[in-house]
Amino acid sequence: MGKQVLLIEDEENIAEAIRFILSRDGWQVAHLAEGRGAALKAAELMPDVVILDHMLPGASGLDILAELRARPATAHLPVLMLTAKGQPRDREAAERAGADRFLAKPFANADILAEVRALAAGEAGAA
Amino acid sequence: MPFNLLVLACLAYVIFLFSVAFLVERRAGQGQLGWLRSPLVYTLSLSIYCTAWTFYGAVGYAARSGLEFLTIYLGPTLVFIGWWWLLRKLVRIGRRHRVTSIADLISSRFGKSNSLGVVATLMAVVAATPYIALQLQSVVLSFGVFASATPDGFTPPDAAQTAIWVAAGLALFTVIFGTRNLDAKEQHHGIVTAIAVEAVVKLVALVAVGIFVVWGLAGGIGPMLERIDASPLAGWTLQPGRWTGLLFLSGAAVICLPRMFQVMVVENADEGHLSRASWAFPAYMLAMSLFIVPIAVMGLERLPADANPDMFVLTLPLSEGQGALAMLAFLGGFSSATSMVIVEAIALATMVSNHIVMPAWLRLRPAAAMAGDLRGLVLNARRISIAAVMAMGYGYHSLSGGSAALAAIGLIAFVGVAQFLPAMIGGIFWRGATRSGAMAGLLTGFFTWAYALFLPSFGPDAMLPASLLAEGPAGIGWLRPQALFGVEGMDPLIHALFWSLMLNGTAFFVVSVLTFPGPVERLQGAAFVNVFGDQPGSPRRWSEGEAEPEQLLVMAQRLLGEDAAQALFETAARAQGKTETLLPDPTPEFLSELEQRLSGSVGAATAHAMVSQVVGWATVSVEDLMAVASESAQRMEYSAQLEAQREELARTAGALREANEKLTRLSVQKDAFLSQISHELRTPMTSIRAFSEILTEGDLPPEMVARNGRIIHEETKRLTRLLDDLLDLSVLESGKVSLSLGLANLREMIDRAIQAAEQVKPERGFTFHRDLAAENLFLRTDADRLTQVFINLISNARKYCDAASPEIRINVRIRGGRVVVDVIDNGRGIPKEAQSTIFEKFTRLPNEARAKGAGLGLAICREIVANLGGSIAYLPGQGGAAFRVILPLRLERKAA
Repeated sequence: MGKQVLLIEDEENIAEAIRFILSRDGWQVAHLAEGRGAALKAAELMPDVVILDHMLPGASGLDILAELRARPATAHLPVLMLTAKGQPRDREAAERAGADRFLAKPFANADILAEVRALAAGEAGAA
Repeated sequence: MPFNLLVLACLAYVIFLFSVAFLVERRAGQGQLGWLRSPLVYTLSLSIYCTAWTFYGAVGYAARSGLEFLTIYLGPTLVFIGWWWLLRKLVRIGRRHRVTSIADLISSRFGKSNSLGVVATLMAVVAATPYIALQLQSVVLSFGVFASATPDGFTPPDAAQTAIWVAAGLALFTVIFGTRNLDAKEQHHGIVTAIAVEAVVKLVALVAVGIFVVWGLAGGIGPMLERIDASPLAGWTLQPGRWTGLLFLSGAAVICLPRMFQVMVVENADEGHLSRASWAFPAYMLAMSLFIVPIAVMGLERLPADANPDMFVLTLPLSEGQGALAMLAFLGGFSSATSMVIVEAIALATMVSNHIVMPAWLRLRPAAAMAGDLRGLVLNARRISIAAVMAMGYGYHSLSGGSAALAAIGLIAFVGVAQFLPAMIGGIFWRGATRSGAMAGLLTGFFTWAYALFLPSFGPDAMLPASLLAEGPAGIGWLRPQALFGVEGMDPLIHALFWSLMLNGTAFFVVSVLTFPGPVERLQGAAFVNVFGDQPGSPRRWSEGEAEPEQLLVMAQRLLGEDAAQALFETAARAQGKTETLLPDPTPEFLSELEQRLSGSVGAATAHAMVSQVVGWATVSVEDLMAVASESAQRMEYSAQLEAQREELARTAGALREANEKLTRLSVQKDAFLSQISHELRTPMTSIRAFSEILTEGDLPPEMVARNGRIIHEETKRLTRLLDDLLDLSVLESGKVSLSLGLANLREMIDRAIQAAEQVKPERGFTFHRDLAAENLFLRTDADRLTQVFINLISNARKYCDAASPEIRINVRIRGGRVVVDVIDNGRGIPKEAQSTIFEKFTRLPNEARAKGAGLGLAICREIVANLGGSIAYLPGQGGAAFRVILPLRLERKAA
């Protein structure tokens, strides 16, 4: 059984693309389309990597991240943060909130795959 | 000349004056007076000395009494040329002490005595009321002249009615421009400029009539002089007593008349203007008097014997068929009358409200004085006073029946106001003058004037019984009003002038000598008399001193600062050859030097008083104290200027801070906006990039290729729509949108919108509730833009309405000339907390299942509706989501 990714992304098409890219590489992808209950879901699934969109309906990606980090069970889950705003400020905010990796949209398919693999292999820390 | 035209010309002229005053007030409000504060305007404003009495009456005066009319012009000329320094002193005192009226000057000089202010105010009102009535009378008379000159079917105006309209109009003008603001200095730039304009009109009018008379009727200067020689005027002989008396009288009047004091002292913007006026104003009067004799001579020669000489200026052109010239002359007379009445009313109203209404009110309600802002109260008091002054003028006019010759009333008023002269001149030149003296003088003079001149002027048995006039009160012959102390055979006017001023001056002098001034009187007396003195740089000499040098040093350090004081003392000590100490001996030379240095920081008088204290002449003299007071007055004026500058700076700084905050706010908004756009653009681009990479990698089943292609296509369309919306919004927001206006049927627009919105969730079957009859109306608007709004609203309803059997209701009705369109669905509506922001850019509903759209739709709707002259709002409490659009029925194209 392959490793598991929890994808929290509200844009259907983007989620479908990421699911396709990762599935093809042997990952199991669980998908949530909104922020509500994301932290609970992560605690329940305990995935190898969490891919978290920055702007979500219901709760912001940063809030979810903070919630994850606040719970002992999920505090060390590797998190890849996606953002579409692309400003240095957002990256800093994501890092402060405890994101392990950070990727600006639009991204190359190879990049997201590399980030997820690296995170799963335990190479946490700023990219 | 049709009478209606005359009334029209009058109205047009008054409207013109209104506009002048209004524009000047507005410029004054913006601080851009420029040339409006020039010597020229000041000089022209002084010409309110020349009232309707001078304009019409001088000719009548010349026709009756020959060259005597010249005294009316010569008196002020002598004052302005010869007594220029007196006027300068008055103006300086007026500016320094912020004097608001002649009553204020007298009250302020004599220890700020309010009782004196009340007496002076009452005197001014009594003396000026007939004078105001006289101006109304001249307007009524001149209307009458025109009326009788146009017999063709025109009914002459009712005299009383004319007078009441004129009085009411003038009261309105004066209230509007005379009580606009309340200033420490009572200046009215609008009115002063309007007066200056009127001065030009009356001069031009009189000179034009004169030129017509000399060159048009008499045939040139030579023939004119011959006619003058042949006229009754040539037989006139100079009566030295009356001539001197009148010269003195008009000279006194130009200083004492409340309105002259108002324009000369109170409205003075710059002392330098007075020096220009000292020759320019006499020149103006010379021009005014140049053609009086020719007009009088030709009038006597050409017009019927019963013609009123006071109206020659009008009747001569009229009888020669010069309608336009007569109209000009009429406007000149009208100008003379209105300008006098307006300024007189302001001057009197200032006195009445400051010395009578306000003190009485504050006495009745002492608590109000502590309540803070009294400005509204003062302005209202002033407005009521103006109306009251006008009403009294009108009342006097209707009571007296307007029969007396114009010049007579004018001279009687002159003698009345001349009673201010002793207290005023004495007050500013003689420190020994006291309040009791001034009061005694004023009252004596005033009653003598009333008894000997004013009351008898109404005629026997009108105010005073005929027996009293003929035999004196209770048969006491030497108390006969027109033969006081047995002086008989004198001209009544000169008689009254002589006795009233004689008794006034004597009472003033004797009582002043017998009484002692109070402390405030002393201070004010010194400040008024020495208004030109106390300039810095004239230190008194020290003869000797026994001061402790240490004490002097302590004092000097406090004022000059430690280092500067030390240095000063050291230098002095070394100059005295002292080596063992740093303190100099208090020699007279050193004390003088020290005082001079100190006066640089605290003023000469204070410095002198302080050094005196330390040196041991502990008793500071009254003179020193007065000098201190005068200095503080100077410093107060200076600090008021500083205060004004400081306020100006604070205002500027405030404006800058505001602009800066606005820029910061805009910059924050711009950042947020760019960040939003970036997000909205990157989202579809992410899908496009990811799927195109997947496609280029190959190895996909055909149905996947087709699906991926469709997603890319969809996201590209989304990008295009987003860019379109952004551009649309930026055009709409800039207000530069070009609308194509035309008549369009509302029902057709809604039909189109419903059809276009069908592509949103086409699977949902919506029921529409419409009132087609109500919708069937034509709007003048931009049909495409308005349809766009309806499409947006209906699409939103289709998108978000979650009811099981969805419905959309469209209500249309007309309300207050505007059309109201409500679009209501039966979904769960918009949560209260989101209702206030839904019209902002990039706002989507929270917790809403993702709908494709950047959140620009309602923002665009709002901008479109605004451009169409209407408004859009969320309508709460309708069950579902509800929007109300309000539009004008007929949108007019915006100007420019």
